[in-house]
Amino acid sequence: MHLHKYEKIWLVFGIIALAIFLGVVGVSAFSHDHTPAGGMHTIDPEKVNETAPFDKPGVTQIDDDTYQVAIVAMAFGYTAPELKVPAGKEIIFHVTSTDVVHSFTIDNTKVNMMVVPGQITTKSYTFDKPGKYLILCNEYCGTGHHMMFNEIEVY
Amino acid sequence: MIAEKDRKLALSNIAVAYTAFLIGTLCGLLQVFIRNDAIQLPAWLDYYQILTAHGVLLALIFTTFFIFGFFVTGMSKSLGSFGPKVRLVSWLGFYVTLIGTILATAMIVSGEASVLYTFYAPLKASGWYYVGLALFVVGTWLSSFALIGHYMVWRRQNKGQLSPLFAFMTVTTVIMWLIACLGVVATVLFQYIPWAFGWVDTINVELSRSLFWYFGHPLVYFWLLPAYMAWYVIVPKLVGTTVFSDSLARLSFVLFILFSIPVGFHHQLTEPGISNFWKFLQVVLTFMVIIPSLMTAFSMFATFETAGRKNGGKGLFGWFTKLPWKDVRFTSIFVAMAFFIPGGAGGIINASFQLNEVVHNTLWIVGHFHITVGTPVAMTFMGLTFWLIPYLTGRKFTKSMQKLGFVQIITWSVGMLLMSTAQHVLGLLGAPRRTAYSSYNSHASTLDWFDGVLSSHLTMAIGGSILFLSAMLLIYIVVMTMFLSPKAVKEKDFVEFPMADSVKTHTPMFLENWWIWIGIAFALIFVAYAIPLGDMIQHAPPGSKGFKTW
Repeated sequence: MHLHKYEKIWLVFGIIALAIFLGVVGVSAFSHDHTPAGGMHTIDPEKVNETAPFDKPGVTQIDDDTYQVAIVAMAFGYTAPELKVPAGKEIIFHVTSTDVVHSFTIDNTKVNMMVVPGQITTKSYTFDKPGKYLILCNEYCGTGHHMMFNEIEVY
Repeated sequence: MIAEKDRKLALSNIAVAYTAFLIGTLCGLLQVFIRNDAIQLPAWLDYYQILTAHGVLLALIFTTFFIFGFFVTGMSKSLGSFGPKVRLVSWLGFYVTLIGTILATAMIVSGEASVLYTFYAPLKASGWYYVGLALFVVGTWLSSFALIGHYMVWRRQNKGQLSPLFAFMTVTTVIMWLIACLGVVATVLFQYIPWAFGWVDTINVELSRSLFWYFGHPLVYFWLLPAYMAWYVIVPKLVGTTVFSDSLARLSFVLFILFSIPVGFHHQLTEPGISNFWKFLQVVLTFMVIIPSLMTAFSMFATFETAGRKNGGKGLFGWFTKLPWKDVRFTSIFVAMAFFIPGGAGGIINASFQLNEVVHNTLWIVGHFHITVGTPVAMTFMGLTFWLIPYLTGRKFTKSMQKLGFVQIITWSVGMLLMSTAQHVLGLLGAPRRTAYSSYNSHASTLDWFDGVLSSHLTMAIGGSILFLSAMLLIYIVVMTMFLSPKAVKEKDFVEFPMADSVKTHTPMFLENWWIWIGIAFALIFVAYAIPLGDMIQHAPPGSKGFKTW
């Protein structure tokens, strides 16, 4: 097959750039643990309220540097009593849904996780700055979708 | 000119496409004004109903019917008239797709299916909505089989020869479509329909999402490849040259069969149920599709330069001014291509493992959609419409229509630029997509989002309004060229199908050995999907009941 000389240069350049880019993404993912939200734990969507940690939604301190936050998403809100977490500590979010698919997204952060019934989504995040952050649902979940929000206070 | 019976088939497809376009763009106009608080919908109509109709009618119905209209014309032109069997199956495909469309649209309009075009379980629409979608897919399969049948007849009569480039590319596209649809057919037939009609109680949500996205990403390549066909085959003729490299064009299309399907997980990067390893593997496979896109970009500019220099362009960029800018058929497609540069770059961002978290499900995605499907694809189709309909109806493409064509594509570009830029910026700031309003009780954060000049509600509304005006202009051109423009009588008035010559002497035969490519495609799909899907079935949580939350 005939390839034009300039085309070869263009493709070699493109493919090397691609390899470098994927290398950066891969190294940052697997050696620096920069991975998006996920998790392989399942749950019975009808028994969420009786399954730990969702039987007691909210903030729990695990040790000096780690806090856990359990959230239940449902049309159209999040069951979570007052959410207050410290800045500079690792916060591990666990979220699940009792009905349809939602998201748990904290504005101005990289916390942006899909919430799928039957599954538990997990994301670890450390807030730099104190303040009140808007939590919102960015996956269509019904007529009240645009009213599904909450707030988290970082102190 | 192609056979009259084939023309009728093509025109019927195009007529349905533009009917969907008319209603779909009207829904789009309503959306920007509802979000803007400028209008309120009557109680019986809901924002999400309109949003569903907008997505389904434009992204699915308009594109699909237009694509088949284009394919039928080009296949008849390049391989000869359809035989009676091919024509029969094509009509059957047309009607089944149309019935599916009408059924699904009726369910949306009656408020039984406000589940958007992604129809994520366990939102539960009326079972008839899913039946409509199933019929839609089956109809497109029939139309695809007809085109493949027509191609096979040609192959039998021309043993040992490479097929014309247009036919090769059409077959590549429908093969990719057939393989991609397997996912959506599996979930709709075996998961959604039994569950929606109450034959089973629950549905495996994560599995349905993964099967949907197995189809959902190649779906965008089903829109894009016909646009690429126009770029490879039609554009060279318009600028007065031949296809830059026949073998390269075929190779890039074959690579799309291989790399457009095993990539769906990159739409699911921020969700549970798929381990990081499998997500990352599909990110890598997603990036492979950049290679044929780079090849296409090279070919296009090589074509432009060849043509420009032939017309006397001098110096490094002199050829650029020698392109046929006064030809609306060319200029529309050129602008469409230009939009694809930021569109493609945005796509790389979306699919990048961690970067996805920044933009996932924000208005950025909506902006991305509008500068990929909404402009490169849709505007290429508009550029095709300008000559395709007159070609099929035997009417003139008059001077006044050409002028209107320019106004139409300029307004479309300006409207899209304003609207999609606003959407990209708002998305980066954090504004979510698919919401009727996004003020969240006037939360401080949201006031920040909409504060900017570009990111204000006004920019989006102005952009949306210009787009709607442009859409109405296009409808006017379509109606004129279809029914009212004067018939061409003299030879010079007849509009041609601008299909460029392509030199096949250096093209290796193995490129047209489909079994190789289909085999590799299935091997890649198996590697990317077998284990994670198996895991979703074996370690499934208790299923979900249906919910009607609208």
